[in-house]
Amino acid sequence: MARMNMVQAINLALHEEMKRDENVIVMGQDVGVNEGVFRVTAGLYKEFGERRVIDTPLAESGILGTAVGMALAGLRPVAEMQFSGFSYLMMGHLEGHCSRYRSRTHGHLTVPLVVRMPYGGGVRALEHHSESREAMFAHIPGIKVVIPSGPRNARALLTAAIRDADTVVFMEPKRSYRAFREEVPEESEVWPIGKARVVQEGTDLTLVSWGAMLRMALEAAGEAHARRGVSVEIIDLLSISPMDTETILDSVKKTGRCVIAQEAPLRLGPASEIIARINDKALLYLEAPVGRVGSYDVVTPYFGREQAYFPGVDSVRRAIDETLDF
Amino acid sequence: MPAKQTYKFSIPHLRILDQDGKVNKKLDPGLSDEVLITLYRRMVLAREADQRMLRLQRQGRLGTFSPSTGQEAAACGPALAMEESDWLVPAFRELGALLMRGVPLHRVLLFWGGFEEGNIFPGVERTLPIAVIVASQIPHAAGVAYTMKYRREPSAVLCFFGDGATSEGDFHEGLNFASVWKAPVVFICQNNQWAISTPLERQMNSETVAQKAVAYGIPGIRVDGNDPLAMYAATHEALERARAGEGPTLIEALTYRLMMHTTADDPSKYRSDEEVQAWKDRDPLRRMRRLLDSRKLWSDTEEEALLAQVKVQIDGEVKIYEQGVRAKPDVLFDHVWAERYPEIEEQRAAFLARQQGGETHG
Ligand SMILES: Cc1ncc(C[n+]2csc(CCOP(=O)(O)OP(=O)(O)O)c2C)c(N)n1
Ligand SMILES: [Mg+2]
Repeated sequence: MARMNMVQAINLALHEEMKRDENVIVMGQDVGVNEGVFRVTAGLYKEFGERRVIDTPLAESGILGTAVGMALAGLRPVAEMQFSGFSYLMMGHLEGHCSRYRSRTHGHLTVPLVVRMPYGGGVRALEHHSESREAMFAHIPGIKVVIPSGPRNARALLTAAIRDADTVVFMEPKRSYRAFREEVPEESEVWPIGKARVVQEGTDLTLVSWGAMLRMALEAAGEAHARRGVSVEIIDLLSISPMDTETILDSVKKTGRCVIAQEAPLRLGPASEIIARINDKALLYLEAPVGRVGSYDVVTPYFGREQAYFPGVDSVRRAIDETLDF
Repeated sequence: MPAKQTYKFSIPHLRILDQDGKVNKKLDPGLSDEVLITLYRRMVLAREADQRMLRLQRQGRLGTFSPSTGQEAAACGPALAMEESDWLVPAFRELGALLMRGVPLHRVLLFWGGFEEGNIFPGVERTLPIAVIVASQIPHAAGVAYTMKYRREPSAVLCFFGDGATSEGDFHEGLNFASVWKAPVVFICQNNQWAISTPLERQMNSETVAQKAVAYGIPGIRVDGNDPLAMYAATHEALERARAGEGPTLIEALTYRLMMHTTADDPSKYRSDEEVQAWKDRDPLRRMRRLLDSRKLWSDTEEEALLAQVKVQIDGEVKIYEQGVRAKPDVLFDHVWAERYPEIEEQRAAFLARQQGGETHG
């Protein structure tokens, strides 16, 4: 066991997978010599050389487009978008090819690749560097969208993503990159994609969250417990698509109350989908409307005003109270 | 093997003012003494402002930004060639061009300081805000240029971007559209030879950026980007051609970024001190100063006076920035669309209530 932060844990998974399978290659802007703008790819260029760690020209569509070709021909590319805010330039390949090669060839041709990208706000970054657009990606059938919340699951899920048979968009909450350390097992772990985790058991209310919001959810739940003795069950969603309905429903059927906390804007976000699934399968178990926490449905403001825009611990606590007091 | 060659090309290179401050008489654009002094003053302002911003950033008074020190000639020379009725479409490393356009420094500070107010330039027309998405402004410039042509206005568009930007589809699409439309736009690539850690030879396998113009059937020229006179002259000629209906031009300004990519970057990871030092010796400001000296237009006393005056000017702008040209806190709900809709207004009301209740988050 070693204690490490999320950057180190992701880096560890990349090292392990490149060592395990020589088809795994890493590509992106500044990922080689510079070791990534967040140093996520530290040491890879030195260890594996420029054939397997490619500093690409500055073109997001080119990065994913060539990665699709590599994947079709048998490589396992792990492509980096320097920031999720620039990933929209690769959307043509994601929607047009990654999502449908498998189905249009009835499984004969597939695109097993990973697109990693730092995303999310709270670090006082420049314009286009703070959005949470997981819903955009998750809306596309045929690709997977995974969001780790901490070092251990980041390592285990990236490993799974690299070994996965399909395209996985791996979104890294950059606010959490160096926010905390945690024990990461010596041996490589592979957590199943599409499976949520109950990170704290409880009986009164289900709190679903993911990414950087999970830590705020934990804090708000602890505070609610201290203040009013409420027992909150916390679910770390981990995979936005596919989504683990079963774990959520089992919990909601037990607690009868639910709050969902996302960093993304509210409308048409993952929380909306979770609520729809609860309505479909567990409506009659509910004792209150499902609470929803998220950003406002406005254009992400520049960082001078970002604090008032992003949800925080306050916001989760408020939603917990409202749901309990309904 | 093909029997016949269908296309041959050569790329003109332009330098007018050499490193010792000597002017090539045959190419001298003949700027008046007064204009030369103004150009120098603007370049010094850009340099001093840039260095102040670095200090502000280090003191936590400004966010991450992209310094332009070393690239003043490539930004100010072209700006000098613009008419007020022309359009400026910048990237993010043309501080000198923005200032010459009349954008107050405090607006630039607001942008890098995290406020949308930094995109509003009162009284300055036809100047688009900083574009962070690399190359995205290039097709916009082509579209603006088409509009000038559509309206039969004798105005042109000046569009800046970096060497890294030439790898994006938007660069190729923008140049092709502009060329097909014969749109009045001048594309200026500030080839500072690095895109963060990616050196030019990993960005492209062509010897020059300028030759990419050949593929789009437009003139391309490589200019010494640390030579303000050459930058002025090349841009002036290209803008004239554009306004005369002769279509776009690609100007490659060969220059160098002397500082870090942004304040979040550590260039020692990817480039040598020797390389940086070699380019420090080619500082565009020094070259311009030598020219002024050789024509007896400048002295150390005037230099000192200029620096003192620039300092006062920058101090004033920093003060305006820090006192804040700030809209009300709920401005983020004001401009989602032109009209107001209940779904947003409901959230505005919740926001205001939370603010009033002392909550700091959304
Ligand atoms: C579409 C896009 N991809 C990635 C980035 C991140 N990024 C910002 S500047 C930059 C390098 C730009 O290089 P160049 O065009 O040469 O301009 P320079 O920074 O040298 O002025 C990168 C990769 C971005 N802003 N936009
Ligand atoms: Mg560059």
